[in-house]
Amino acid sequence: MAVAALGSTPRVKVAPWNDPVIRGWVFQIVVVGLVAALAWYLVSNTIDNLNRQKIASGFDYLGREAGFEIGDTMIAYSPASTYARAIWVGILNTLRVAVLGIILATILGTLIGIGRLSPNWLLNKICAWYVEAFRNVPLLLWLFLFYKLISEAFPGPRQAISALWGSLFLSNRGLYFPVPMADPIHVWMGVALLLGIAGAVLLHRWAKKRQEATGQPFPSISSGFGVAIGLPLLVWLAAGAPSAMSWPELKGFNFEGGTVIQPEFTALLVGLVLYTSAFIAEIVRSGILALHKGQSEAAAALGLSRSQSMRLVLLPQALRVIVPPMTSQYLNITKNSSLAIAIGYPDLVASINVTINQTGQAIENILLIMAAYLSVSLSISAFMNWYNKRIALTER
Amino acid sequence: MSDDALPGGERRQLAPPIDESGALGWMRRNLFSSWGNGITTVVLIVAVGWILSGFLEWALFTATFTAATGTECRGGGACWALIREKWRYIFFGSFPYEQHWRPFFAVIAMLAMLITSADRRMWNWRLLVIWGVGSFITFLLMFGQIHIPLSLVLSIALVVGGIGMNLRKAVADAGEMNAYRALAAIGLVGLALRIAGILPAWSFAIAPLSYVETSLWGGIPVTIILATYGLAFAFPYGVLLALGRRSNLPLIKGLCVGFIELIRGVPLISLLIMASVMLPLFLPSGTTIDKFLRAQVAVILFAGAYIAEVIRGGLQSLPKGQFEAADAMGLSYPQKTLLIVLPQALRVVIPPLINTFIGFFKDTSLVLIIGIFDFLNTANQALVDPNWAGFPAEVYLFAAFVYFIFCYSMSRYSKYLEVELNKGTRR
Amino acid sequence: MAAKAARDLSNVASVIELKSVNKWFGQFHVLSDINLDVKEGEKIVICGPSGSGKSTLIRCINRLEEHQAGDIIVDGVTLSNDVKNIEAIRREVGMVFQSFNLFPHLTILDNLTLAPIWVKKMPKKDAEEVAMSLLNRVRIPEQALKYPGQLSGGQQQRVAIARALCMRPKIMLFDEPTSALDPEMVKEVLDVMVELAREGMTMMVVTHEMGFARAVADRVIFMDRGEIVEQNEPEAFFANPQNERTKLFLGQILHH
Repeated sequence: MAVAALGSTPRVKVAPWNDPVIRGWVFQIVVVGLVAALAWYLVSNTIDNLNRQKIASGFDYLGREAGFEIGDTMIAYSPASTYARAIWVGILNTLRVAVLGIILATILGTLIGIGRLSPNWLLNKICAWYVEAFRNVPLLLWLFLFYKLISEAFPGPRQAISALWGSLFLSNRGLYFPVPMADPIHVWMGVALLLGIAGAVLLHRWAKKRQEATGQPFPSISSGFGVAIGLPLLVWLAAGAPSAMSWPELKGFNFEGGTVIQPEFTALLVGLVLYTSAFIAEIVRSGILALHKGQSEAAAALGLSRSQSMRLVLLPQALRVIVPPMTSQYLNITKNSSLAIAIGYPDLVASINVTINQTGQAIENILLIMAAYLSVSLSISAFMNWYNKRIALTER
Repeated sequence: MSDDALPGGERRQLAPPIDESGALGWMRRNLFSSWGNGITTVVLIVAVGWILSGFLEWALFTATFTAATGTECRGGGACWALIREKWRYIFFGSFPYEQHWRPFFAVIAMLAMLITSADRRMWNWRLLVIWGVGSFITFLLMFGQIHIPLSLVLSIALVVGGIGMNLRKAVADAGEMNAYRALAAIGLVGLALRIAGILPAWSFAIAPLSYVETSLWGGIPVTIILATYGLAFAFPYGVLLALGRRSNLPLIKGLCVGFIELIRGVPLISLLIMASVMLPLFLPSGTTIDKFLRAQVAVILFAGAYIAEVIRGGLQSLPKGQFEAADAMGLSYPQKTLLIVLPQALRVVIPPLINTFIGFFKDTSLVLIIGIFDFLNTANQALVDPNWAGFPAEVYLFAAFVYFIFCYSMSRYSKYLEVELNKGTRR
Repeated sequence: MAAKAARDLSNVASVIELKSVNKWFGQFHVLSDINLDVKEGEKIVICGPSGSGKSTLIRCINRLEEHQAGDIIVDGVTLSNDVKNIEAIRREVGMVFQSFNLFPHLTILDNLTLAPIWVKKMPKKDAEEVAMSLLNRVRIPEQALKYPGQLSGGQQQRVAIARALCMRPKIMLFDEPTSALDPEMVKEVLDVMVELAREGMTMMVVTHEMGFARAVADRVIFMDRGEIVEQNEPEAFFANPQNERTKLFLGQILHH
């Protein structure tokens, strides 16, 4: 009997219905088949129904005139614009509230999370009750409450509250405030800002090298800020400090000029920020609590100051625990912004809703919504996977 | 360096310094331990005091508790008379007024089902009985009349028989096994006859009360039904999704991952709109689906994906040795999953599951977008009455308070369970 | 380990003085009227049953715990709420923990150079030289670029000792350094500690390793229920315990 070569086992003859590999494939094919059958059933019904109700198919409608007004737009839009543009306005509005919401909620949530860990009993309990209050009540209810308060608490434009010597006007149509008139110098200020940020990064690198060589630390963060902000300021001053502003003025039934923050946007933003900050506070708190007590003790025993041990030892470790749930909260803000439709803020879902009502083409529009939100959520997931791989603690 | 040895075992007990103990000591440590702390405390007391006094002034001291119309209620503080006037509508919607006891007891039944389900000690056949009886009571009360189709009875017989034959094979005696076989046989034959059209579409009618259709349902019962049955049906399908996602078979895994990521990536609102607009297109023309059912289906689809992720976390936390031991014993995949893997995995995920449920409970408020009268919507509607216009804060604060009571109690119950059920295990 | 000969330390300065130190955890009196003088270069071993306050005692010395009454004077500096005092004391006192407490997100080398760079403001190169020489001393120079999670328990504790030594402290505190180690790794850590002792470091060690005490200690202190019950030179302590409680304790731990 020949000795079998190393690494090869004689393949035993197994009846196909007992072979786990074949069984696995059969099972999969059966399941996929069932799913496909179900899908075919749904699709054929849909085609049938669409034909019966004489609903068009395809995305041609995007080029047609929209015919509806949008109250709050970031770019030029009129009822004569196309559906595509209406949808694009909706996307921009969603992004506007989502990005601002993420930034503000992170700041507020982190502060409250740290407040939850404060040794001051009062601060601790107040933050705790804040978190419990917002976490246990639906976001939609907060939105309704804030929206009603804002729109009913403030008077009409003719009786608007004015502040700052007639430059600010608060009414139930929104907060009007002056903005600088467009000036060519703004472009240069933007360039200066970019240069300033680049300069701050370079400054930080130089400071780090210097510390490695001589041991002397350098306040690179504060000076970096100074450079990033100071450079545009210098440019502005050098150009003669142009300060022509566009002032809001009451014309007829409403204000014109300046720029406005509308109550719908405000209510949505405030609601989203307050609600999500409660969840972020809990994430930050559990991230810091997850740290082994011994880490801060070891850092203290070595003589590191409280801010040094925070920066060098505690925060890097806490961030590992914090970042994954934090990114899912960011995703939640983006998805929750769709509640805008309930208080009249014209976001993506609102635009699509009107489009469905007018064109009847539900399927294409729903696909658009899903594509838009899926691209956001998939990119956030991808980022999270990349981040997790990068910071994974090396173990044996 | 005196030798402080004391004879025997006596301890010299000294009391701590005066300002370390008692109320004064507590305040010193927790409120005034340093300059920064002290200033914070003072600032907070002033700020909170000012806000609180303003709020109490509005909500209690200058509030109106009884009034006949809205105009009487104006001027000064909060108008709680509005709540007194409308609380029945806010809680129970348009359900016939004299029969409000029916949704009330339905709510009690559902809460009882939920509370007992989370307790691990109930996790056996008792759970099915509880849900069966509880659901029967709930829907009997809400609808007033139930018609149980014959095909449903036959399907249940088939399922019970099939499961019993499979799982109890080694444990049950001959009599029990025969009972399962009989049930399965009856179910199978009956369903076949039914589908072939030989058996007519009989149904058993139980009609003790007057019929109330779903469009009249509103308020708290709607919120709880959507959340409860959303969770109940989403649970098994979430388990299947989680198992599928962890499977080694690439097609299954791909399908499950795709489905989960799809549902989790889009907002619930879009799913609700989809359900209300697209479901009629998916089904053969002429079939109408009850609007309430559409909302319920959307909630179930949505909930399942999230539950799948929670359960997946539980499955991942199981040590590999468990799976290996089950395989070594020769258990088949269904047996291994049902008897070894799931009981342990589910044990671990009760707290996050309850958190997910609290999330759904709040998310049901979105069904107002498609015109279902859940609790938030009825509260909203209470504001529409022109007689009582202009008191949004009172209504919304009241609604917020009710939601808070429910959700906060659930989260405390979850914490209690976590402690209680881990008493026997080493943590 | 060979037994240590007694030393005469009466003319040496005290580096640590504890005068009538008391501490309470709420109502629980955890340190009860502790009086102790530690001379420069002295090695003190503290033993006692759990809950006796021995860990709390040494943790009070570098202010990881706060004492409520009495004075603690370290190298002439009185320990108080003054942050400057605390920082000065922590620069002179190094600590090794039972659970090592290495920073898992930094390499071994970075673990060692962190404090010299940021507290002593050393240039990076110099800090790394010091670190490598200490890693050589604890005999694991090849692990410099690995992460703590990749090392065994014994190696991690040796790194922890090297990390404390990087700050060139005058005094080293050890809080049950070998209690969390597998038996076969205890010896490698104790060897490092013995060498450190022989080079003249002032050490306060809380431990159950009586062989170490016999080899290295100038004094063995027995604590029970917050008080110093008995202290003596190791020979006398082990051979002739005076107090009933000491006898009981020694009977329990010296059996194996």
